[in-house]
Amino acid sequence: MEWIMAIAVGALFMIGVYLILSKGLLRIILGTSLLTHGVHLLLMTMAGLKRGAAPVLSDGVESYADPLPQALILTSIVISFGITALYFVLAYRAYQTRGTDEIDGYDVEDKEANS
Amino acid sequence: MNNLLVLPVLLPMVIAVFLMFFRKNIALQRTIGVIGGIANIGIAISIVLRVKNEGILTLQFGGWAPPYGIVFVADMFAALLVLAASITSFAVLLYSFASIDSERENHYYYTFFHFLLVGVYGSFMTGDIFNLFVFFEVMLISSYALITLGGSKKQMREAPKYLLINILSSTLFVAAVAYLYASVGTLNMAHLSLRIAEVGQGGILNVIAVLFLIVFSLKAGLFLFFWLPSSYASPPFAVRALFGGLLTKVGLYAIVRTFTLIFPGDPSFTSSWIAGMAAVTMVLGGIGAVAYRDIPRILNYNILIGVGFVAFGLATGIKDGMDGVVFYMVHDILSKGLMFILGGMLIAAARSDQLDRMGGLMKVRPGLGWMFFILALALTGIPPLSGFVGKVLIVRGGLEEGMLTLSLLALASSLLTLYSLIKIFREAFWGTQPEPDDENEMYSDTKHASEISEKAYPERKNRLASVSAVFLMIFVIGIGLSANGVYGFVSQAGAALDNPQLYIEAVLKE
Repeated sequence: MEWIMAIAVGALFMIGVYLILSKGLLRIILGTSLLTHGVHLLLMTMAGLKRGAAPVLSDGVESYADPLPQALILTSIVISFGITALYFVLAYRAYQTRGTDEIDGYDVEDKEANS
Repeated sequence: MNNLLVLPVLLPMVIAVFLMFFRKNIALQRTIGVIGGIANIGIAISIVLRVKNEGILTLQFGGWAPPYGIVFVADMFAALLVLAASITSFAVLLYSFASIDSERENHYYYTFFHFLLVGVYGSFMTGDIFNLFVFFEVMLISSYALITLGGSKKQMREAPKYLLINILSSTLFVAAVAYLYASVGTLNMAHLSLRIAEVGQGGILNVIAVLFLIVFSLKAGLFLFFWLPSSYASPPFAVRALFGGLLTKVGLYAIVRTFTLIFPGDPSFTSSWIAGMAAVTMVLGGIGAVAYRDIPRILNYNILIGVGFVAFGLATGIKDGMDGVVFYMVHDILSKGLMFILGGMLIAAARSDQLDRMGGLMKVRPGLGWMFFILALALTGIPPLSGFVGKVLIVRGGLEEGMLTLSLLALASSLLTLYSLIKIFREAFWGTQPEPDDENEMYSDTKHASEISEKAYPERKNRLASVSAVFLMIFVIGIGLSANGVYGFVSQAGAALDNPQLYIEAVLKE
């Protein structure tokens, strides 16, 4: 089971990094959100995978999943959701202000001023 | 149980939420901010005094004993940093009244300001590494808001890069936490230290240590600072003072905490990494500070020199070096805040941020000029000002450990600091105001005129800005003059950093 997850995490990281290396802000944002997904999967995998076990403790239960990583992932998901939303809004605003969505590009009106 | 420890975090948070409902009432926002700022300084002082008398304090949230629950831990290092941060942030708040335009004030500036403080104080106090991540995020998200607030073209150009760098490093942070949890199965810092000492640091744990080093270095501007000079040059100076004084120091604090408490096991490996990064940071920061002729960049590169210095102190790994780290970080929080406040006042007075267009300001603003001069001496480390003791301790630690090259580099970087700041002092305050060749030349560069974030202040606000600078100046001079008294506190902090057993016992005592 772990090896499937490892490949999935690797694929998410790979695509995420590829997208981040592009110039368009939209692609970069998608890249960051894929990267965070990859990290969440990694967090889950690193804590050990178990099938059919609930993260609940009661007397006499032999098999249970570790609840802590799930709490961490939940926290991290909420944070990355907020940041992605903010990043999208910022990207739109930057596009409106600068006339380009390229992260390192020149502003459209005054090209020579920024060189 | 010491509920006092949660107050530095709780108070700004309550204020921030409360201020959201009074967006238009700026007078009220300012009043509450001032009251909260003073209260926070008081709280921080009482924490420092209690730590002095009773040793390391801990607070277990919800009564969950560590390692299961989240703890807040105030050792002397954290307490001193909280105090320095609260003093600096209070001065920056006063300076904000003078320099932040009403558009920004109307759009939740003070709310973001206080949320940023929540993240900063929380990062200093927490004793749980995932909680550290959460407070980092609180701080970073507020900084995203502050760096974009205003929406000028320059800000829109820099903010997406700033966000990207920080999102990347946060992602790596979570990955590092995941690896750490997988290999030792705990997240409480004291418990982590115990378990890593049990299994012995090496192999995978060294890899994780380096991953943490990369994450925190990105935030602190240690070696991986390529994003810093231009990002920090886009928001108004009050925000820069906050960033330069507090944000990079939080990253540094995390490095110091991680490598004294969690990964002290393989010093020859981690220290050589940190020492190398410190050396490169000091050299490049020094070169940058000397090379540029616009004030924002000179000041930003000066942040980096300070960061490199603290990392050098950490790399020595002995008691003297640790004392130096604590002392220098307290000094650096105060004086970098002051540096940006003075820089903002200077640019507002000169109506330009290019050294070539300044001159003769001594006639108009002699007070500002002399304060800048004293600050330059303090940052260089001229006795009796506050930078001196920290630098002496760090360099002494370095020499004791036989790090001759690094010690010389550190001293050389101090010289470059002095040169870069005196260059500003000489060219901006002395000489004559350069006449623009013709009116056109001055304003043909409208891009520049519109992007200088500091507008000239009216007279009343000018006085307020001076008050905030003088307030910080008193501490910068005072710490240097009363270094003997301060050293008592610093030495206690350095002892806890040098001997993590003290921290572990305080957290896991039951």
